[in-house]
Amino acid sequence: MENFTPFTSLGGGLLIGLSSVMLLLLNGRICGISGISGGLTKLPGAYESREERLWRAAFTLGLLLGGLGLGAMAPEAFANTTARSTGALVVAGLLVGVGTQLGSGCTSGHGICGLGRRSPRSLAAVLTFMGAAFATVTATSLLTGGSL
Amino acid sequence: MSAGEGQLEPGAGRRIAVAFAAGLVFAAGLTLSGMTMPGKVIGFLDVLGTQGGWDPSLALVMGGGLLVFMPVFRLVAQRQRPLLDTRFRLPTKTDIDGRLLGGGVLFGLGWGLAGFCPGPALTAFGAAATGAADAALIFTPAMAVGMALFQAADRRRS
Repeated sequence: MENFTPFTSLGGGLLIGLSSVMLLLLNGRICGISGISGGLTKLPGAYESREERLWRAAFTLGLLLGGLGLGAMAPEAFANTTARSTGALVVAGLLVGVGTQLGSGCTSGHGICGLGRRSPRSLAAVLTFMGAAFATVTATSLLTGGSL
Repeated sequence: MSAGEGQLEPGAGRRIAVAFAAGLVFAAGLTLSGMTMPGKVIGFLDVLGTQGGWDPSLALVMGGGLLVFMPVFRLVAQRQRPLLDTRFRLPTKTDIDGRLLGGGVLFGLGWGLAGFCPGPALTAFGAAATGAADAALIFTPAMAVGMALFQAADRRRS
């Protein structure tokens, strides 16, 4: 438990909740990153209005520029202690990309907004991806000692 | 389907500005929480503590998010419309099907392999420009390719 950071993790969660509330209360939208940013990869003409693409681009730009600024101010918040080969990162990225689009959501859309709306569909999704992630980490840790 | 996805409706500029601000706040929340450190995420997903002990911190990220979002959703759901638009656009699907669960399995596999889910991956990709978070330089483009491949295949199917 030496790495336990209850206050910053809770504080970060509150900010994520605030972001979700901003989108819901002001714009009437659900804050799901894979739906917002993944929607940008849809082909031209997939949306009924130009705003659908522009607001998604604006949110995604906020994430990227937020990361840019925070990376400059607090690079330690992006420290990476995992040992992952390029191949493992590519496979993992492809799995997350395809999986979140097929499953219509990720940690934010299903995990916070879906559970917050008491959606049984999102609860099923959260239990599935959390279970798969627990199993994957446990299996890779036991089989390879944690480096991939 | 309209050609070029049409004109902007009234108030679009304000809504787009809100989306940008929400993205910034989301990035700040992720960074403060520890979600942008793949090792910390793996330490949370390692519930059996096979790598020296379970770190439950990140359960509080979802807890904190729900603490804010859940009560506000109950209040907002009674409104006819959001403050800056004419209607809410909320998910309508309720079915628990193979796509939902299969997608969840693939996502969980990738999340467990790398320690990145989509929000932290994009935030860390932005941070990578400063020299931090080099793994995101590989993971995040691969994730975008996976999303685009799915959208292209799904478009052809339907």
